[in-house]
Amino acid sequence: MKKVYRLQDLDCANCAAKMERAIAKIDGVQSVTVSFMAQKLTLECEEARLAEILEKVKACIAKVEPDTKLLGA
Amino acid sequence: MSRNQRALVRILVTTVLLAVLVAVTHLISLPWYWEAIAYLAVYLLIGFDIVGEAVGGIGRGQVFDENFLMVLATIGAFGTGEYPEAVAVMLLYQIGELFQRYAVGKSRGSISELMNLRPDTARLLADGQELEVLPEEVEVGQIILVKPGERVPLDGVVVRGESALDTAALTGESMPRPCGPGDEILSGVISTSGVLEIRVEKVFYDSTVSKILDMVENASGKKARAEKFITRFAKYYTPIVVCLAVVLAVVPPLFDGQWVLWIQKALNFLVVSCPCALVISVPLSFFGGIGAASKKGILVKGGSYLEQLAKADIFVFDKTGTLTKGSFEVTQVLPESGREEILRTAAIAERGSLHPIAQSVLRAAGDPGEEGWSLTEEAGRGVRAEKAGHVILAGNSRLMEEAGISVPVPDALGTVVYVAWDGAYLGCIVIADALKEDSIAAIEGLKALGAATVMLTGDNEAVAAAVAKQVGVTQYAAGLLPGDKVQKVEELLQKKEKGSVLAFVGDGINDAPVLMRADVGVAMGGIGSDAAIEAADVVLMHDRLSALPVAKEIASKTMKIVRQNIVFALGIKLLVLALTPFGLVSIWLAIFADVGVAMLAILNAMRAGRV
Repeated sequence: MKKVYRLQDLDCANCAAKMERAIAKIDGVQSVTVSFMAQKLTLECEEARLAEILEKVKACIAKVEPDTKLLGA
Repeated sequence: MSRNQRALVRILVTTVLLAVLVAVTHLISLPWYWEAIAYLAVYLLIGFDIVGEAVGGIGRGQVFDENFLMVLATIGAFGTGEYPEAVAVMLLYQIGELFQRYAVGKSRGSISELMNLRPDTARLLADGQELEVLPEEVEVGQIILVKPGERVPLDGVVVRGESALDTAALTGESMPRPCGPGDEILSGVISTSGVLEIRVEKVFYDSTVSKILDMVENASGKKARAEKFITRFAKYYTPIVVCLAVVLAVVPPLFDGQWVLWIQKALNFLVVSCPCALVISVPLSFFGGIGAASKKGILVKGGSYLEQLAKADIFVFDKTGTLTKGSFEVTQVLPESGREEILRTAAIAERGSLHPIAQSVLRAAGDPGEEGWSLTEEAGRGVRAEKAGHVILAGNSRLMEEAGISVPVPDALGTVVYVAWDGAYLGCIVIADALKEDSIAAIEGLKALGAATVMLTGDNEAVAAAVAKQVGVTQYAAGLLPGDKVQKVEELLQKKEKGSVLAFVGDGINDAPVLMRADVGVAMGGIGSDAAIEAADVVLMHDRLSALPVAKEIASKTMKIVRQNIVFALGIKLLVLALTPFGLVSIWLAIFADVGVAMLAILNAMRAGRV
């Protein structure tokens, strides 16, 4: 299942790349793209585990850049 | 004050203070601690947020965070007595950040401006009353009103009124298009002259505007190889440079004891340790390229397709509907001098027939055909019309042969309708699927860019050969059934050389499988077809093939800029790293290698957005 989220206050391109790498390592994530230019996160993962994965995604984002917020599509 | 304005003020104040401080310490000699405190105060003014983020970053275990590295480099400069340098590094870093934010904001702005298609309201016409509602609330079948200068909010059909439509936002086409009752109208176009009443045919989420916005907004979802390369590179670059800095600071002084000198050299490494210039300029270039393409009515679904398009050197075309108009048209009347009489006579015989050939004759004659003739269809041959002793024959050569009329064989391709009046040959009408006006120019354009062109068609060999010759494609395959096209493309994909990229161009009707199979699938006139938008990687919003060479040129330009940036930014950074141990690089040069290179790369990247 593929979902697109908006990232608010994603301020640096390198951070976007770091987030992408960290999120890709989360168990259950099939693919992920963090687009700095579009301020979007495209996540592909198992639907049943979405809530659990999303929490981990948020943690990854906060670790790299605490100001960035994950918003629903 | 906006964030950027605040940053600008801070930068200006710091610059002035720094200049004053440098001047003062030159003129009068202060005790070292006063000097240090003064510089430290200015440093904190310009860098407090960076210092704060650096501390926070360490708290979160982000050691190779660029804020942290920048703070380390400047603190190091303080420690080795380079006070003005320390402030200047931070100042320039902030200038670079501001510039980057500005450039990115501007680039995002130009896309959203371009995509400023989303209508805020729709004027719903109900019970003779005009109501302003959200476009999302309008249902299929309801009537909406569009006044001059307004954007059409939903797809529909004009029921009343006439206007000229500005379709530039959708198609890049600048000529206004007339429209009137019965015409289909797409959301996103602007009515320029008259008031239109439109019956809504699609709800907002299915309307053209929504589809385009969705596609462009998600365009960056697919990253190009160049972009992936850069982020992967960034992953290793920073840690390696930082480790080298540590080695440089510690190892040589163990032998020569010159700690300060080597630490200063190591600081240069830290200053250039951020791969920001590269990481930002590559996606910025792609973003610009995608924006430039959409200004020309070409939607590209992501950086990776721009990359592929730049490399594409085999263009495979579907014939009908792509190279040709896909509808029958009278292309010739022989002899030309008898055109009107021949068409008028033929129209009498073809009157009332729904056959595409008859229809095209009637269209060309511009008259529905005289009434009162008794028409007899001669199966597989044509039509015989009789009235008051006169006989008209219109049909193929067999019809003429059977009537004992000898006819010349015209040197033309297509279906030939011979016309005879009372047993005497009048002339003939040639009907064919005409080429689109710009097909020849498009093929020429692609060939000039070094691409091979292949035409696929279900038509027979003779028709295919003639069209191929006329349009100028280098290769063609005839007699293909719809399923064969996928097979043919597979074959071409297997035969092509490594590194060669195959693009398939179709009208989006029945060719979704081929569009998906090709390296790059290009659908044209695609805004009408959902399947094409889904399956294609590039969508030409209008029906003109001449957008193809344009798209390829935009893609090539973008890739050139991307390559320039990678080579330039990497080259300068590596040069600084290589020269530093030999004492050939001052911290000023290191700052240039970081901030200056980032700025130049960003400026270069922004060129991609210009058309």
